[in-house]
Amino acid sequence: MAAPKREENQGWMDRRFPARRLWQDHLANYYVPKNLNVWYLFGSLALLMLVNQVLTGIWLTMSYDPSAEGAFASIQYIMRDVEWGWLIRHLHTTGASALFIVMYLHMFRGLLYGSYKAPRELVWIFGMALYLVLMAEAFMGYLLPWGQMSYWGAQVITSLFSAIPGIGPGLAEWVRGDYLVSGVTLNRFFALHVIALPLVILLLVVLHIVALHEVGSNNPEGIEIREHTDAEGRPLDGIAFHPYYTLKDLVGVAVFLFVFCGVVFYFPEGGGFFIEAPNYAPADPFTTPEHIAPVWYFTPFYAILRAVNFSLLGLDARFLGVVFMAGAIAVLFVLPWLDRSPARSMRYKGWASKAMLGLFVVSFVALGVLGILPSTPVRTHLAQLFTATYFAYFLLMPFYTRWEKTRPVPERVVGR
Amino acid sequence: MKRWMLVLWLLLMPLVALGSDARSVSPDLNDKASLQRGLKFYVNYCLGCHTLEYQRYSRTAADLDIPQALMEEHLVFSSAQAFDDPMVNALKEEEAQQWWGVRPPDLTLATKHRGVDWVYAYLLGFYEDPSRPLGVNNILVESVAMPNVLEPLQGVQVMGCPQGASRVLSRPEECRELALARPGLLSPAEFEQAVFDITNFLAYVSEPSRLKAQGVAPGVMIFVFVFGVMAYLLKREYWRDVR
Repeated sequence: MAAPKREENQGWMDRRFPARRLWQDHLANYYVPKNLNVWYLFGSLALLMLVNQVLTGIWLTMSYDPSAEGAFASIQYIMRDVEWGWLIRHLHTTGASALFIVMYLHMFRGLLYGSYKAPRELVWIFGMALYLVLMAEAFMGYLLPWGQMSYWGAQVITSLFSAIPGIGPGLAEWVRGDYLVSGVTLNRFFALHVIALPLVILLLVVLHIVALHEVGSNNPEGIEIREHTDAEGRPLDGIAFHPYYTLKDLVGVAVFLFVFCGVVFYFPEGGGFFIEAPNYAPADPFTTPEHIAPVWYFTPFYAILRAVNFSLLGLDARFLGVVFMAGAIAVLFVLPWLDRSPARSMRYKGWASKAMLGLFVVSFVALGVLGILPSTPVRTHLAQLFTATYFAYFLLMPFYTRWEKTRPVPERVVGR
Repeated sequence: MKRWMLVLWLLLMPLVALGSDARSVSPDLNDKASLQRGLKFYVNYCLGCHTLEYQRYSRTAADLDIPQALMEEHLVFSSAQAFDDPMVNALKEEEAQQWWGVRPPDLTLATKHRGVDWVYAYLLGFYEDPSRPLGVNNILVESVAMPNVLEPLQGVQVMGCPQGASRVLSRPEECRELALARPGLLSPAEFEQAVFDITNFLAYVSEPSRLKAQGVAPGVMIFVFVFGVMAYLLKREYWRDVR
């Protein structure tokens, strides 16, 4: 019997599964602005790190023991007795921090070029939801090594729920499954960390990318390339995602991996920021560490929480702190409707937008540093100042984006 | 852009409190002789109370180039312990509580938890203090429960004002300098080397895979670099079409 021809095989497949159509729609015939710069690499790098987290996570799960009695020792078992366990674990711990680094740069790109503006509101909102769920994922993952900082960090953050008036104390107990963080909490955080949240994350990644591919990528100029197409409907200023951007991203991946592997192999503790020294002591509910600070990627929000040390409108300081902290993240979700500028990109916006974005970046980084340091009266005042400027960027946006003078946005992309 | 980064850096620098320790040691994991001496000191002076519960004798022997027979003969003291067992001891919790009021901590991760400098300074920081139950105190840990087990090697240190300074004129914090009152078996320089060896050994024990990681790393870095160069050349070739 003669073997069927290759074309016949493809026809067989095409009648049953849209593999070829998916390839065409999302890679080979998916048109992307030709002028995307280095800021546009961080999306694919975030995906790369997510894949790294899932793969190394699966292998860690094979040797990890999610019990209060065995968790800490099982990490050392992975580090010492599991073949290449040290590498798998350091890829996972470094990967968590790297994911947040690229995610913050990816989000900054969105702010810089107005990628959240119509028609990309849903791309932004799915992305923000992804960020929120990844924070929950990272927080729960951080409890698993069952070190002192794991334990007390979880203790501090879960007690935030008890600040909610009325239902608070009961809610905190329900979240922990105990009066304090205990083995019960560890078990449920493990379940959420390895099954529930990763499923939500994968779903949100799909939604984020489907929404993006529906409207197409923004670009540093903020020009809508789909408004100028050739006879076949292809954007004149667009180029196919594959092979142009797959190859460009590959170069970005190589540069990123060079730095990433440098950290994994030479400085896996990341100067005490990726793996914190107090976490080398096993969790002890009877000994509080001298200074409890969350991992670096949470510290801007932690600084906002601590900055609110005053009562307002009859609400006590602790609850108000939680409200401000939640508000700092919530306000990002409505960003597409706060920006009233006719221009998308910072290149054509006025000086007010530029100054406010600069102020926002300074505030965010400063809050991050303040959240790491133990609080003193001076630092608390600084944190209050930067909390105010953090919120000012968002809350004043409807005014300064409307009042400022913008430059006219060109019709077409010039050069690449 | 660069100027902005610089401005940002200068703005943020004062917010970061930089602490530095005068006595800083850096472990040298390639110095096998030092690690072997550290192991010898550790097994003879420390292991009786401080376990290394995550470190196996066999792993230590393999990493430090010590033949199994030699290790078993000289460094595994209990016949109840097998070569592949973790380096633990027979100290009971109740006894430890009775003798010192606290269980001596496991030291597998000590240099990661406290830092290498801390361990080094701590071991050098014992001094005679008759007010304490065991007659010694530590300059780093006030009212320390641990006796100075290295005293036969080090001798006895006392705390006082710097030489030539008068006790009356000096401020109390200046009179916290340690001086050797009665010499031990080792000279001060030899003793500092011994303490470095112990610290170095503990640094190895805290992450025995460190040497392997550093061994694999250059190959990985070269691979990623070559991959990057090839990816760049390929990208440049394709992007020639884009105007």
